Amino acid sequence: MAETPARLALLRRHPLLWPVVALVALLAINVVANPGFLSLRMQDGHLYGNLVDIARNGAPVLLVALGMTLVIATRGIDLSVGAVAAISGAVACVYIAGAPDGGSVGTAIVACSLALATCVALGLWNGFLVSVLGIQPIIATLVLMTAGRGLAMLVTDGQITTVNNSTFAGLGVGFVATLPIAILVALGVFALTALVVRRTALGMLIEAVGINPEASRLAGVRARTIIWTVYVFAALCAGLAGLMIAGNTSAADANNAGLWIELDAILAVVIGGTSLAGGRFSLAGTLVGALFIQTLATTIPNLGIPAQTNYLFKAVVVILVCLLQSPRVRHALRVRRRTLPMTAKAGVA
Amino acid sequence: MSQTQTPAAVGSGTPAPAREVAPVAGRPAAAPVVEMQGISIAFGGVPALDDVALRLYPGEVHALMGENGAGKSTLIKALTGVYAVDAGTIVVDGREESFTSPAASQAAGISTVYQEVNLCTNLTVAENMLLGREPRRFGGIHTRAMNRRARATLDRLGLDIDPASVLGRHPIAVQQLVAIARAVDVEARVLILDEPTSSLDADEVARLFTVMRTLRDQGTAIVFVSHFLDQVFEISDRLTVLRNGRLVGERMVAETSQLELVKLMLGRELATLEELDREVAETDLVDRTATPVLQVLGLGRKGSLQATDLSVYEGEVVGVAGLLGSGRTELARLLFGADTADTGEIEVHGTSRRFRSPRHAIDRRLAFSSENRRAEGVIEDLSVADNMLLAMQASRGWLRPIPAAQRQALVSKYVEALDIRPANPDATMRNLSGGNQQKVLLARWLLTEPELLVLDEPTRGIDVGAKAQIQQLVADLARRGMAVVFISAELEEVLRLSDRLVVMRERRKIDERLNDDVSVSDVLELIAGQERPTDQERPTPQEAPRG
Amino acid sequence: MSAATTTPSGTTGPTTWERLRGWSPPSQYLPVIATAVVFVSLFGAGGVRYEGFATPEVALNLLVDNAFLIVLAVGMTFVILTGGIDLSVGSVVALSTMIAARTLEAGWAPGLAVAAVLLTGTVLGLLMGLVIHYFDIQPFIATLAGMFLARGLCYLIGVESIPIRDETFFSVAAASVPLPGGYSTTPTALVALGTVVVAAWVLHRTRFGRTVYAIGGSQSSALLMGLRVASTKVGVYAISGFCASLAGLLFSLYMLSGYSLHAVGMELDAIAAVVIGGTLLTGGRGLVVGSLLGVLVLGTIQTFISFDGTLSSWWTKITIGVLLLLFVVVQRLITRRQP
Repeated sequence: MAETPARLALLRRHPLLWPVVALVALLAINVVANPGFLSLRMQDGHLYGNLVDIARNGAPVLLVALGMTLVIATRGIDLSVGAVAAISGAVACVYIAGAPDGGSVGTAIVACSLALATCVALGLWNGFLVSVLGIQPIIATLVLMTAGRGLAMLVTDGQITTVNNSTFAGLGVGFVATLPIAILVALGVFALTALVVRRTALGMLIEAVGINPEASRLAGVRARTIIWTVYVFAALCAGLAGLMIAGNTSAADANNAGLWIELDAILAVVIGGTSLAGGRFSLAGTLVGALFIQTLATTIPNLGIPAQTNYLFKAVVVILVCLLQSPRVRHALRVRRRTLPMTAKAGVA
Repeated sequence: MSQTQTPAAVGSGTPAPAREVAPVAGRPAAAPVVEMQGISIAFGGVPALDDVALRLYPGEVHALMGENGAGKSTLIKALTGVYAVDAGTIVVDGREESFTSPAASQAAGISTVYQEVNLCTNLTVAENMLLGREPRRFGGIHTRAMNRRARATLDRLGLDIDPASVLGRHPIAVQQLVAIARAVDVEARVLILDEPTSSLDADEVARLFTVMRTLRDQGTAIVFVSHFLDQVFEISDRLTVLRNGRLVGERMVAETSQLELVKLMLGRELATLEELDREVAETDLVDRTATPVLQVLGLGRKGSLQATDLSVYEGEVVGVAGLLGSGRTELARLLFGADTADTGEIEVHGTSRRFRSPRHAIDRRLAFSSENRRAEGVIEDLSVADNMLLAMQASRGWLRPIPAAQRQALVSKYVEALDIRPANPDATMRNLSGGNQQKVLLARWLLTEPELLVLDEPTRGIDVGAKAQIQQLVADLARRGMAVVFISAELEEVLRLSDRLVVMRERRKIDERLNDDVSVSDVLELIAGQERPTDQERPTPQEAPRG
Repeated sequence: MSAATTTPSGTTGPTTWERLRGWSPPSQYLPVIATAVVFVSLFGAGGVRYEGFATPEVALNLLVDNAFLIVLAVGMTFVILTGGIDLSVGSVVALSTMIAARTLEAGWAPGLAVAAVLLTGTVLGLLMGLVIHYFDIQPFIATLAGMFLARGLCYLIGVESIPIRDETFFSVAAASVPLPGGYSTTPTALVALGTVVVAAWVLHRTRFGRTVYAIGGSQSSALLMGLRVASTKVGVYAISGFCASLAGLLFSLYMLSGYSLHAVGMELDAIAAVVIGGTLLTGGRGLVVGSLLGVLVLGTIQTFISFDGTLSSWWTKITIGVLLLLFVVVQRLITRRQP
C-alpha cells in the first residue's frame, strides 16, 4: 500500500494527465447532456455510435497530426499539409475517373500509390527548402500551402471529380471487422509510427536535433537527413488523410478537401503536450489531442449549441493550452503553489 | 532568483568582511567614480563572485582580467544592473546604488559595449547611436538633425563614418566603434568594453585605442576586458585580476610584468588534487617515428587561428596551454571540422582528408568534447543513456538502432566505469551535476572508439573528485594507445597529463616541446610572451598616463 | 472615417524619392525595386498581349478592387517587420463585415457602426499582442487563437449573409472621386493609399516605427538600447487589428454584405503580398510601399488571367506560390551572404 502515493505522484506528473482529463471531462459533459451518448450498437455487423463517429471523423486529423508531431519536434512546422491532402485526393480521383476499369480494386490501389508517391515528392520539396536551403519552415511550407490548392485544381481541371470505386470509397466509409476502415488505418499508422520512431533511433535523433541542434551537429547527427525524413513523412500522412477525405465523399474537391486541417493538426499536437519549440514529443498525446478536437466538434451540437460556434471553443482551447504551457504562467503557478504552504507555516510559527 | 533582491548593504554598520584593498601608490587623490566592495553573487547556491572589489577612477583605463569562469562577466553584470548582488556595496560618485535594471545603471552614467555588438544592423548608424533620444520635429523624427548630432559625436571621437549609412554594411570593427559612440553620446562616465578587440585586426585595434585614449583624456573611466596581454599593457593604466570568483589582485600596470599578471590569472589552485602518477610523462613510450594519427599543416581560419602545424601520435597526450582567446579552442574546433578551415591540410594516418563538418571528422575516428558543455554538448531533455549513445547512433544512422541488450550493456558499463551518478541511465541529463554530465559526454565519445580525442577544458567547472577521475581516465586512454589533444586553462593539469606541450598565444602556436621537466613557470613565461626566462625586463609599451 | 486615414498625404514621398533618385539604390531598397520591376513587366506583358490591358482604367481598378487587401497588407507589414505574423486578419475582416452589417441593420448610425468595427478589431489585435508579449507565446499560435475567435464571433452574430442597406454606406460605395484626365477612382482606393502613406510616415518618422525595425533587427539589442520593446510589440498587433477592421469596412463597402464566410484565407494573400513586396519574414527589413506593390502584383496576376480567358483561375494561386518561392529563396541567399 505504501507505494500508492508514490504511484499517484508519478501519475500526477505524467505529461498525458491533463490532455486525458480534458478529453474525459468533455465526454462526461456529453453524457450529462445526453445519457445515451456513449452507447454503441451493432447493425449489419458494423459498429455504430457517437464514439465510433468521433474516431472515424477524427482519423484524417489524427493522421496529419502524427506527421506534424515529428515535424514540430525538429523545431519545424508544416503548413502545407492541407494542400497536400487536396492534391493527393485529386490525383487519386482523376486517375480512377480516367482509368478504363474505374471500379476495380487494382485501379484503386494504383491510384492510391500514385497519390502517395506524389505526396512523397511534395514532402521532398518541403524538406529541400527547409534542410538544404535553410529557409524557415513556416515560410518554406507557406509556398506549397499557397500554390498547392492551385496544383490540385490543375489536376482536377477545376472540377469536383467524382468517382465510383467501392474499394476507394471504402477508405472513407467502409468497414472491416465491425470497425470503420478509416479508424483502422489511422490507428495502424499510429502504431506503425510509434513502432518506427521508438524502435529505430529516429525518435531519439529527432528529439536531439529539436532540443539542441548545435550539440547534435557536433555529435555527428545528420540533421539534414532527419529533417528531410520528417517532412516526407508529414506529406505522406497528409496524403493518406487526403485519400480518406476523398474516399468519404467519393470525390476530389480541390478547394475544400482538407481545408484548415493543418491548423487542427497543429492544435492536436499542442494539446497533446508537444511544445511548438521542438524537442520532446508524444505521439500518444497527439492521439488524445486529435480525439479531443473531434469530440469538441461533436459536443457542441450535442449540447444544442450551433455547430458553427465550434471555432469559438477552439479559440478558448488554444488560449488555455498556450497559457498552461507558457513558461511564465507555469512559473507563476508554481511560485504560488510553493508560497502557499510556506505562508501557512509562517502563520503557525 | 526572486529572492536575490537583498539590499546592497546588509546593515550599513558592518561593512561586509571586505578585504581592504590597499591604496595604490601613485594614484591621484581624486575619488573613485565607482567603488564596489565585498561583492558576492551566487547562482543556485554556487558562488560566482565571492567578496570581490573593484575601483574605477575617472580618466583611467582599467583592465579586468581573468580566465573562463573567473567572474569577470558576472562582476560587469552586477555593475550594469543585470544581476542583483547578494552582498556588498556599489558606490557610484559617492552615492550608494543598488541597480535593479540595466536602465538604472545607464541612468547613473554606466554604459557597456559588449563583445557581440548589441546594435541593430538593419538601422542606420545615426539611428543606432541616437534611437530613444532622437531629435524631433513636427511630431516625427528629425532625420537631418539626428544625422548632424551623430556626426558631431563621431567627429569628437575622430571617426569618419557616414551617419546615414546602414550599420550592417560596415565591418564589425566599425560597428563596435558605433556602439562606443552610442555609449559616449549618453555622457557615460563609466564605459565598459567587454572584449571589444576579439574580432579586430591590428589597424582596427589601433583605431579603437585612439578612441579610448580620447575618451580617457576627457575623463571617462574605461573598463577594458581583453585576453590579449599586449593590448592590456599597451592601453591600460590599472588592472584587477579575478580567479574563480575571487579577487586576486589590483595592480598598477606600470608596476606589473606580463609574467606576474599571467601568474595571477592562472595561479595554482588552493585545493590540491591528489597527485597523479606521472609515469605517462616520465616514461615516454610514444613512437614519434611512426605515421601520426593526425597531422595538420598550416591549418588556419581568418580571424580565429593563424596557420598552425600539429602532429599527434598514437598513445600520446598533447597538452595545449594558452590563455582564453589564444586560439586554443579555435584550434580544437578546426581539427574536428566544427568550424571549416580556410587554409591548411589535414592528414589522418597519412591520408589527406577534408573535414567539412564534424560528421566527416567522426567518420575518420576523431572525437571532440567542446568547452561549452551546455550549449554544445548535452541534450538536456534526453536521458543519460540517449546522451551517451548519441554519437554512436548518429554514426550508425537512424535505421540501424543499437539493440536494446547491447544498449543496456554499453550504458551500464560506462556508468560504472566512469562512476556516473546517479547511476540511473534513464535520469534526465539536465538533473546531473556538471562533472557527471562531462563524464556522460566522455562516454559518448569513447563509445565511438575514437583514435584521436580532442578535449577542450573537460574539467572546467566540475568538482574536484570528478576532475581527478577525468584526468585519470585520460591518462589510461593514452596508455591504451589513444591519441589525445588536451586543452585546459589549468597549467598544472596540462603539465601533469601531457607527453608533449603546445603553447598558444595571440591565435598562433608559439612553442612546442616534449614535456620533460617543463615547469609551470616555464609555461607561464611562454604564455606571457617572454622568450628568455631570465629576462626580467618587461617590454613596456607604456606611455605616460595622462598629464 | 478614422482620423488616421484623413491625414494629408505626401509626407513620405520625398524621403523615398530622395533616396531613390540619388546614387545607385542602397541594398535595402533592392527587394522593393525587384517587386516594382515584376509589377511593371507583368503589366507590360499584359499590355502587349491583350487589347486594353495597359490602360489607366485597369491600373485604377487594381487599386479599387484590392483596396481592402492593401490595408490588410499594411497592417501585416508592421507585424512581419517585428518578426511576427498575424493569422487572424482574414477572420477579423469577416467579423468586421458582420458587425457593420448587423449594427446597421439594427439601425445604428453609420459613424457608430464604423467606430464599433474599428474598436473591435483594434481590441482583438491588442489582446493578441498582450498574450504574445507577456506570456511569451509564439505569434503563430496566439494569432491562430485570434483567428478562431474572430470566426467564432462571426457565427455568433449570424450564420447567414446579412445585406447592407444603409444609405451612407451605399453612397460611399457608389461614390467616385474624379481625377485629372477624366479618370475617376473610389473613396476606398483613396483610403487604402492614405493608409499606406500614414503607415510609411509612422514607420520612418516616429520612434515607434524605428523601434519596429529595431525589434525585427534584434530584439535583445533593442532592449539593451533602452527602446520600448513591450509597448511596440503589443502595438504592432493592435495596428494590424485596426488595419484588418478597416479593411473589413472597405470589404463591406465592396460586397455590401456581412457574411461569416467572407475573406476565408485572406490572411495568406496578405502575407504573400508582404513577402512579394520584399519584406523579410524574419523581420527588420521591408517597406510598406513594397507591400502596396505586392498587392498590385497579385491583382495584376488576377487581371491577367481574367483578360486571357483561356487560363484557368488556379493559375493565380500557382503563380503566387512561384513568386513567393522566388522571393523567399532570393532573400535567403541574400541573408546567407551577409549574416
